[in-house]
Amino acid sequence: MLTGKYALVTGANRGIGKAVVETFARHGANIIANSRTVRSLDETCARLSSEYKVGAHPVYFDVSDPQQVKQAFQEIVKISRRLDVLVNNAGVLDNNLLGMIKPELVQEVFGVNAFGTIYVMQYAARLMIKMQRGSIINLSSIVGLFGNAGQVTYSGSKAAVIGITRSAAKELASYNIRVNAIAPGFIDTDMIKSLAPEKYAERFDSIKMNRLGTPGDVANCALFLASDLSEYVTGQVIGVDGGMVI
Amino acid sequence: MDNGEKLRHVFAEALGIEKDRVLDTLEYNSIPEWDSVAHMSLVAALDETFDTMLDTDDVIDMSSFARAREIMKKYGVEF
Repeated sequence: MLTGKYALVTGANRGIGKAVVETFARHGANIIANSRTVRSLDETCARLSSEYKVGAHPVYFDVSDPQQVKQAFQEIVKISRRLDVLVNNAGVLDNNLLGMIKPELVQEVFGVNAFGTIYVMQYAARLMIKMQRGSIINLSSIVGLFGNAGQVTYSGSKAAVIGITRSAAKELASYNIRVNAIAPGFIDTDMIKSLAPEKYAERFDSIKMNRLGTPGDVANCALFLASDLSEYVTGQVIGVDGGMVI
Repeated sequence: MDNGEKLRHVFAEALGIEKDRVLDTLEYNSIPEWDSVAHMSLVAALDETFDTMLDTDDVIDMSSFARAREIMKKYGVEF
C-alpha cells in the first residue's frame, strides 16, 4: 500500500510510533524514523531494511527544538529529497492534577505534543508542496476530544493537535496535501504503565469492546490515512478507541 | 543560466507569471498571483532549486524579489 513512499515517523522508538514504522515498512514504505535518544533506532532501522527490503534511516532530533527540526530536514532532504507521509507521533504524557502542574512541565508537554507538531509540519509541508501531494497524520488522543481529570496539560496539548490538524488541512488542501488526526483511546503502551491500579481498572471498564487497544490498532489507522485509500479524506479526527467513553 | 536568472525563473514558475514581470520592485501581496499560498510554493521551489532549507524567519522576511536575492546570498548563493 505504500511501496516506494517515504514516511517520517516521530517518536518511533517505542509504543505507537514503533508499530507505525513496522506496519509502514511491511507495506513497502521507506522509513525515516525519529527519536530524540541517539542510537535508539539504529537496530530497528537495520532490521526493517533487511526484513522488508526498504530504506530505513534513523534521524535523531528533538521535535520541540525548531533548530534541530530544521537541521533534521536538511538531513532528510539528503536521504530522500522527498517526503510522502509524516506521522507526528512524538509525545509526552503528564498526569498531574491542576494544582500540581509546574510551568516547566507545561512547556515540555506543549513543546513536544503541540509546538513540535507545528515545527515538523512546517518543513514537511515544504517538501510535500513541491510534489503537490502528501499525507500528514497527527497523533491526538481521546482526552484531547473529551478531557480527563488529572490530564489538564496533556489533554490541552492533544486538543491543540486537533485545532492544528483542522487548520493545516484547510491551508494545505489546495496543494493536495491531506492532514488528519488519530485520537487513540486506552492503548497498551509504556505510557499507561504509570497509572495507579484503580485508575487503570476504571479506564479499562469504560472500553465498550472490552479490551485494550494495541499500538497495531493505531498503526493500521495510520496506514489507511497514509495510503491512497484515504485520498479524499482530510481535516478529520479518527478515534481508535474500541468505543471507549470518557 | 546564472543564479540571477535562475531566481527569476523560479519566481515566474512558482507565481505563474511572465518572467518580465519579475522585477526588483515586485513585492509580496502586490499582485494577486503572489499570495500566501503561492509564497509557500515559492519557498519550496527555492529550496529545491538552490538546495537550501530556508529559516522560517527568512520565509516571513521574503517580502520582495530584491529581498529574496539578499536572503539567498545568506545561504551561499552567489549573484
